[in-house]
Amino acid sequence: MDNIEKSEIKGVLGWIDRRLPIFTFINHNLRDYPTPKNLNYFWNFGSLAGITLVIMIVTGILLAMQYTANTDLAFDSVERIMRDVNNGWLLRYIHMNGASMFFIIVYIHIFRGLYYGSYKSPREILWMLGVVILLLMMATAFMGYVLPWGQMSFWGATVITNLFSAFPVIGDYIVTFLWGGFSVDNPTLNRFFVLHYLLPFVIVGVVFLHLVALHQFGSNNPTGIDVKSEGDTIPFHPYYTVKDYLGLGFFLIFYAILVFFAPNFLGHPDNYIPANPLQTPPHIVPEWYFLPFYAILRAVPDKLMGVLLMFAAVSILFFLPWLDRHKIRSASFRPFYKQFFWLFFIDCIILGWCGAMPAEGIYVLIARIASGYYFLFFLIIMPFLSKFEKISNLPSSISAAVLSEKFEKDSD
Amino acid sequence: MLKKLLNLITLISIYLVWIFPANSADSDVELIKQNWPFSGIFGRFDKASLQRGFKVYREVCAACHGIRHISYRDLKGIGYTKDEIKIIASEYEVIDGPDDEGEMFFREGKESDKFVEPYENANLARLANNGAYPPDLSLIVKARAGGVDYLYSLLNGYKEFPDDFEASEGMYFNEFYPGNQIAMPSPIMDDIVEFDDGTEATQSQIARDISSFLAWTAEPELEERKSLGVKTIFFLVLITIMLLGVKRKVWKDLE
Repeated sequence: MDNIEKSEIKGVLGWIDRRLPIFTFINHNLRDYPTPKNLNYFWNFGSLAGITLVIMIVTGILLAMQYTANTDLAFDSVERIMRDVNNGWLLRYIHMNGASMFFIIVYIHIFRGLYYGSYKSPREILWMLGVVILLLMMATAFMGYVLPWGQMSFWGATVITNLFSAFPVIGDYIVTFLWGGFSVDNPTLNRFFVLHYLLPFVIVGVVFLHLVALHQFGSNNPTGIDVKSEGDTIPFHPYYTVKDYLGLGFFLIFYAILVFFAPNFLGHPDNYIPANPLQTPPHIVPEWYFLPFYAILRAVPDKLMGVLLMFAAVSILFFLPWLDRHKIRSASFRPFYKQFFWLFFIDCIILGWCGAMPAEGIYVLIARIASGYYFLFFLIIMPFLSKFEKISNLPSSISAAVLSEKFEKDSD
Repeated sequence: MLKKLLNLITLISIYLVWIFPANSADSDVELIKQNWPFSGIFGRFDKASLQRGFKVYREVCAACHGIRHISYRDLKGIGYTKDEIKIIASEYEVIDGPDDEGEMFFREGKESDKFVEPYENANLARLANNGAYPPDLSLIVKARAGGVDYLYSLLNGYKEFPDDFEASEGMYFNEFYPGNQIAMPSPIMDDIVEFDDGTEATQSQIARDISSFLAWTAEPELEERKSLGVKTIFFLVLITIMLLGVKRKVWKDLE
C-alpha cells in the first residue's frame, strides 16, 4: 500500500514531507547547501537585501492600512500616521529609511558582483535577474516617494514623468498615459499607490527566480575559481547562517541609528511642505540613490539623448556578461581590471555628488567627464581587457587559495 | 575582514554626510546656532519653555499662522493637564454641523478638535496679508533646511534694508530668509508677551521659546523616539557582540 519512499525525516513532519517536500527543500537550500568556504563579508549583502525587502513589505502593508491615496488627503494622512497612529512614526521612519538602506545594500551587492566577476558564465541569468530587480526597485522607490504628496513628491514626479516627453511623436502620448490626465494629479497619485503596492510582490517573485538561478551553480567566491571538490565547501548552516546573522546585527545598528536619531537626514525638507502645483521649489533633487543617473541625464545638453543615456546607464548592466569575456572572474587576479574597477567605483560616487549639485559651471564639466568614463568602462575598457589582459597564475583550488593566504598571514 | 566591513560602514556614513548638506544648502549665511535641550541622543524637551512658546504662539503667531496638525489634546505632551486642556480648547470657536435644521453652527472647542485656523481659506489669508500666504507652522521646523536653528535665526534676523537693495513694496529685510525679502514683519520684540512663570520676555528668549514649541509641533514623538532608540541600539549592540562570539566559536572548528 504505502509505496511512497520514506522521507529522511520522521514523524508527522516526515508524513507531510513525503507528500509536500517542503522540509527537504529547506534542508537542501538553507542547511546542507554546500557553499564555498572562503566567502567574505561582502557575501552578506544578498541575504541582507532579502531581509530588507521583507521589512519594507511588512511596514509598507501596515502603512497602507492608514494611508489615503488622494491629492487632498494624502499629505494629512501621512501626518496622521506620524502623530495619531500607534507607533506610526516608527513604521514610517523604518519604511522611509528602509528604502535608502535597500539601495545601499543592493549597490554594494552589485559592486561585489562587478569586482569578483559574479556575472560570468554560468551565472549570466542570475546576474540579469538581479538587474531586473534593480529596475523594479527603482520604479517602486520613485513611486513611493510620490505618495506623501509633498513638494518634492509632486515636482519629482513631474520632472521624471516629463522625461518621456523627450521621445519624438509618441512622447506626449506616453506622458498623458502615465499621468492618467494632463498633469500630475489625483489619477497619477492613485495609480502610483497601486503600483507601489504591487511591484514589491513582483520583486519577491523575481528574487525567488534569482535564488533558483543562484542555487543552480552555487555562490561565486572571492577567488572566482569554481568549486572543485567537497573540501572547497562547507554546509550553509551553521557557518553562513551565523555569519549572516552577525552581518545583520551590524546592519541593524546602522539602520537604527538613522531611524531613531536622524530619520529625516536622507530626505529633503521640502517634502514636509504640501504639494503645490503653482510653486516650483528652487532645486528639484531626486532621492540620493538616483543621483548618479540624474547626473548623467543632466550632463547631456540634448534632452532626448540625456534620457536615452540615463536609461542606457542601467540597461548596460544586462550586457555585462558579454562585454567582459575575460576567463578569470575575480579582480584579485586581474591587476589591470582591478585598477579600472576602483576608478569606476570612484566615478559613480563623483556622479552622485554631481547629481546633488546644481547643473551649472564646473559641475557640468565634471559630470560629463564622469559620465564619459561610466560608459568607457563598460564599452571599451571591459572588452579591451578581455582580449589583452594576461591570465596570471591562479591558485589551483579554493582550498589552496585559503591555505596560501593563511600561510602568508602566519609568516608575517 | 570584519575590520574591512566596519571600514565600509564608516565610508558609507562619510559619503552620505558629505553628499547631503549639498542637497539642502540654499543659503550662504551661517545660521545662529543654539544649544537646544532636545538635540542629541538623550535630548528632552524643556516643558516650561514649550509652555511659554505656546503662549507666544497663541498671542502672536496665531493671528496669521495655523498649526492644523495639532489637536488640543496633544497639549498633554507639553505638560498641560486634562482640565487645563479643556479650558484652553473651550476658548476657541469651532464650526460644526449641519444640525437638524441643516445649519452650520459655532460651538466651544473640544479636546479632540484640531487647532482652529486663523483664516477660513488660503485666499482669505492672502487677502489679509498683502498677497503673501502665512504658512501653517505645525511642520515648519522639519520643512526648512537648518530646522529649528533656521527658525531662531529668522526671528532674530530682521534688519534695515541695505541702501543698494531694491526692495519691493511692503517687504522686510531678513538676512536669513532666501532672497532676503520677507513679507512677514518682525513678529516679536521685548515684552510682546508676559510669561506666567516670571521669565524675562526678551526678544531672544521669546524666539527661543517659540522655536522650541514649533520643534515640538513638528516632532511630538521626539522624546519617545530617542529613548526607544537608545534602548533598541543598546539591545542590538549586545546581541551583535554575542553573535560575534557565536560566529567565532562556530568557525573555529573549521581551522
